[in-house]
Amino acid sequence: MDDLALVVDGATKRFYSGSWKGWSIPGLVPRNGKAKMVTAVDQVSFSVRRNEIFGVLGANGSGKSTLIRLIATLLIPDQGRISVFGLDVTREEMRVKKLINRVSVDAAFFKKLSPMENLMYAARLYDMDARCARKQAVEILNQLGIKAESIYNPLENMSRGMQQKVAIARAFLTAPILLLLDEPTTGLDPRSRRDVQEFVLNLRAAHDATIVLTTHDMEEADRLCDRIAVIDNGRVVALDTPEGLKALVARGNGRDPTLEDVFMDLTGKSLKEEGEREG
Amino acid sequence: MTTLGHELRVSYAFVERNFNLVKRYWGWEVVWLVYSVVNALSITYIGAAMERISGARVDTSYLVLFLMVGTLVWHYLAVVFDSVSSMISWERWEGTIEYTFMAPVKRLTQMLGTCVFSIVYGMLHTAVILIVVAFFFKIDLSQANLLGGVLVLLAGSLSFIGMGIMASVLPLLFTERGAQMTNVIQAMLLLISGVYYPIQALPGWLHPVARLSPATYVLEGMRQSLLHNANLSSLWGFVLPLVLSGLLAIPLGMAVFDWGERYAKRTGKLKRSG
Repeated sequence: MDDLALVVDGATKRFYSGSWKGWSIPGLVPRNGKAKMVTAVDQVSFSVRRNEIFGVLGANGSGKSTLIRLIATLLIPDQGRISVFGLDVTREEMRVKKLINRVSVDAAFFKKLSPMENLMYAARLYDMDARCARKQAVEILNQLGIKAESIYNPLENMSRGMQQKVAIARAFLTAPILLLLDEPTTGLDPRSRRDVQEFVLNLRAAHDATIVLTTHDMEEADRLCDRIAVIDNGRVVALDTPEGLKALVARGNGRDPTLEDVFMDLTGKSLKEEGEREG
Repeated sequence: MTTLGHELRVSYAFVERNFNLVKRYWGWEVVWLVYSVVNALSITYIGAAMERISGARVDTSYLVLFLMVGTLVWHYLAVVFDSVSSMISWERWEGTIEYTFMAPVKRLTQMLGTCVFSIVYGMLHTAVILIVVAFFFKIDLSQANLLGGVLVLLAGSLSFIGMGIMASVLPLLFTERGAQMTNVIQAMLLLISGVYYPIQALPGWLHPVARLSPATYVLEGMRQSLLHNANLSSLWGFVLPLVLSGLLAIPLGMAVFDWGERYAKRTGKLKRSG
């Protein structure tokens, strides 16, 4: 049991939207018969071993981010149970929060503040020693290729790729033993993407961290993940190692199947097409 | 003791962050301060001009002081209320709300840091306005009970913090316009609390309502201490209801906020787009 970092057991999350005679009333909308219901996460079950990099692969709107939010205590599941190192995310929320951190696709910062000011805010929230945190912040930012002069300037002056690296540095700074990476490399240039991927591998090797990674990037999933769950319409449609998933699909056109072929075969859609349709 | 030390250290995260934001938004802070000073002067000049307006003899100095206390107290209470109630809307605007809510921080600790910042910020802001207004109107406060005034103001802060916590739930419930809704609460308090006129000027049916507003007691207590040099013992009649209402408002605010947070987590309202 101690070997399991994360257990998701039948997790379900539904969202409702709609109105009552044209009026939107908080708290009442879900009870209205005309409310539209969307099942974002539908009876999802899996477990992640300690020190594993576990990928969640799915198109836009497939429920990946909702699943990450449920694990991150930002949403309360309607059904099922999620536990982090044996702690229930709903009932033992504060203890779970001490073990996790999350990097979201949109680098969420106080944009007027500098990377150092944002990282110090994070360090104080996690009750880290300020002097040590400052030193570590500089080290991590340097490792991620952030220049020294940029560390003290407002984040709004940085490119999106650089901001995303700062978001990753912020998560690493608090030394989570379960790190939730929600499309951390989306929108990054190839060099930055490679930097982040290297850092993720180093974090796992050096800090015994367990990582849950959602991504659209098949190569990234193939390169980083020990196992991958393919999710479609909120449901897990396949779960295996990258090689195991590829073995599910027959060779075609004289070449070995890729994860993209697997995804197409399992869900009947292409990630690119889905992204374009929703974008 | 260790737990208390931990919570105090963590609450400092919000104090430091807010002061950093003030530094980075210094241009806005200057504009806001100038606006506040000009606004206070404009209102206080109504008192200075009352003889010319009405053509009758009035005690201009008293009227100027009456309005000055109103404008300063209201400014302070509004700043405290705003700082606390905008805690959510600010983070929603920046997109950091999920990050803060995911951190291992008790909401009470977050409120503590936010409130300490808002009281210090409000006091500094109000002190600057007081200095400018006193310079313009040659106001002599040497006979005023300033200590008593500060005591009343601090006691009143408790209730406004409680109401601010309750109001901060609105942006959680109404993702698009919740922040603007908090202005309605301020406007109601401004009307009924005797900020620029005695509450007796209101229609009779509003008098009991005015007595429910903590701002009414703050303003009356402040006027007693600054205009009539009331001693501390005679100010207890104002301080006690303020402390009691504060002790009621803060836990009530926390309970409302807790409900609001659960609702937001159930319905996905924490997300920036709502």
